[in-house]
Amino acid sequence: MEKKDIEALAKLARVNLTEDEKTSFAQDMGSILAYVDRIREVATEDRPAEIGQVHNIFRDDMPKEYDVKQVENIKNQFPDRDGDYLKVKSIL
Amino acid sequence: MLTIPQVGADLRAKKYSAVDLCMQCVKNIEEKNSELNAVLEIFSDWEIQAREADEKISKGETSPMCGIPVIIKDNILFIDHHVSAASKILENYTATYSATVIEKLRDAGAIILGRANMDEFAMGSSTENSAYGVVKNPYDLERVAGGSSGGSAVCVSSGFCIASLGTDTAGSIRQPASFCGVVGFKSSYGLTSRYGAIAMGNSLDQIGPIAKTVEDAEIVQGCIGGYDKKDANSVKEELKPKEKEIKVLGVPWNEIRKEGVNIEVLENFENTVKKLENAGYKIVDISMPNMSYSLAAYYILMPAEVSTNLSRFDGIRYGLRAEGENLFDVYANTKAQGFGPETRRRVILGAYVLSHGYYDAYYRKALLVRDLIKKEFNEAFKNVDAILSPTAPTPAFKIGEKTKDPVAMYLSDIFTVPANIAGLPAISIPNGFNKDGLPLDIHLVADFGQDKSVFSFGKSFEGLQ
Repeated sequence: MEKKDIEALAKLARVNLTEDEKTSFAQDMGSILAYVDRIREVATEDRPAEIGQVHNIFRDDMPKEYDVKQVENIKNQFPDRDGDYLKVKSIL
Repeated sequence: MLTIPQVGADLRAKKYSAVDLCMQCVKNIEEKNSELNAVLEIFSDWEIQAREADEKISKGETSPMCGIPVIIKDNILFIDHHVSAASKILENYTATYSATVIEKLRDAGAIILGRANMDEFAMGSSTENSAYGVVKNPYDLERVAGGSSGGSAVCVSSGFCIASLGTDTAGSIRQPASFCGVVGFKSSYGLTSRYGAIAMGNSLDQIGPIAKTVEDAEIVQGCIGGYDKKDANSVKEELKPKEKEIKVLGVPWNEIRKEGVNIEVLENFENTVKKLENAGYKIVDISMPNMSYSLAAYYILMPAEVSTNLSRFDGIRYGLRAEGENLFDVYANTKAQGFGPETRRRVILGAYVLSHGYYDAYYRKALLVRDLIKKEFNEAFKNVDAILSPTAPTPAFKIGEKTKDPVAMYLSDIFTVPANIAGLPAISIPNGFNKDGLPLDIHLVADFGQDKSVFSFGKSFEGLQ
């Protein structure tokens, strides 16, 4: 993998990397991919993979009441707030 | 040895109180943690919790966990207490709810004494990736404690608590337990609630106990396990298969011998197999050629899940927020400042294996291989009751020895990761020492739902030593 590939992936993943990291990640990624590439040796049937006994359980998407203290705890985690509002950079 | 039943008996006989016991644990932490770096924080309310436990016991509380000091891995949520996943991105984060396992422990009267150091977001096999420094092995301070639950393992090994909780995605409970000479257990997937554990790879993660004895691990697991409607993959009690006794042990000799196992580990394992045979277990040499691909499949599936899970740490709703010119820069700068190198490496690897043009070659192929590995286990369990191997290919290695070579580090999980890939129960049990005095181990994997049988085997095995 080349440095420009790492740059493209970093942009997709929304992560900034230093110049040194771009070079070292390209090397690391090469050795990791060389290792994981061995799964290509395995003969698999081409059909959707099964997940076994475990499957997703869905719940109704219903609003739930929280107590005032718990709501305040959640708001206290906001990196920046204005009263009850979470402050972020303008999107447009 | 202060085991859970021993402490329970002592507390009820009023030999000492839960407050006394916790005070001793805190004293041990204050004396030794500066060099071991296993504990990130002693929770300030431990004494209140301990007093409540003493009161409960005087009123006749019978739960074996009542009054037991437990330290939790720093990725398990305890309401109103700090939790950081050993990352800078959550440095000042306070949990807004408790994990189901914590609610169960608290209801039983256990004391959550503090939080243990770990690899950042549980990504690592040596606890060298913590934003808060390396955890050291109590048997040799120049060596790693294993990972990612390295802090949790050291806490039990060093008398900082009676039992601890870790999380296991590829061996992160069992491998550090092995390096620190204690017991580590991972349940069948879906038998322990993941609700309130900061997710790394949801299809692989399980919370589990680290303890001094198999019986202690079983007691903790008995408290934290069970169906939970808050975990979307939780398995209902009635769907669990019937337990059966473990009498026939499969040993995949071919796979064990080819994976570059340390000679002392191999000799110790061979002697143990003979000992088990003499004790009346039937030993069968089995071939599991696809099992060796577990680690390769894991390093596709896990980063894919990581890159999805960790996208929520973007500096918007909680955790660190770095400044930037626009919204994109806020995201990218936050992740650059908040995540360590291994975390970013895996996020990027995940973005790659899921990206257009590579999805089929990597992610989908890995799912198919995972399916094949599960089938191979199912076939094996037609002939054997459980599969035996060493836990790790080497004893605890030197700090810094593998940090420059990610693949060498990843290979530490070669024997533990198949149980996660296939969602099976597994245990690591201490099994002697090498010539340098480092702990060695054995590792047992059983069929889905055979969790109690794993503990029964473990207790019998301890009896043989």
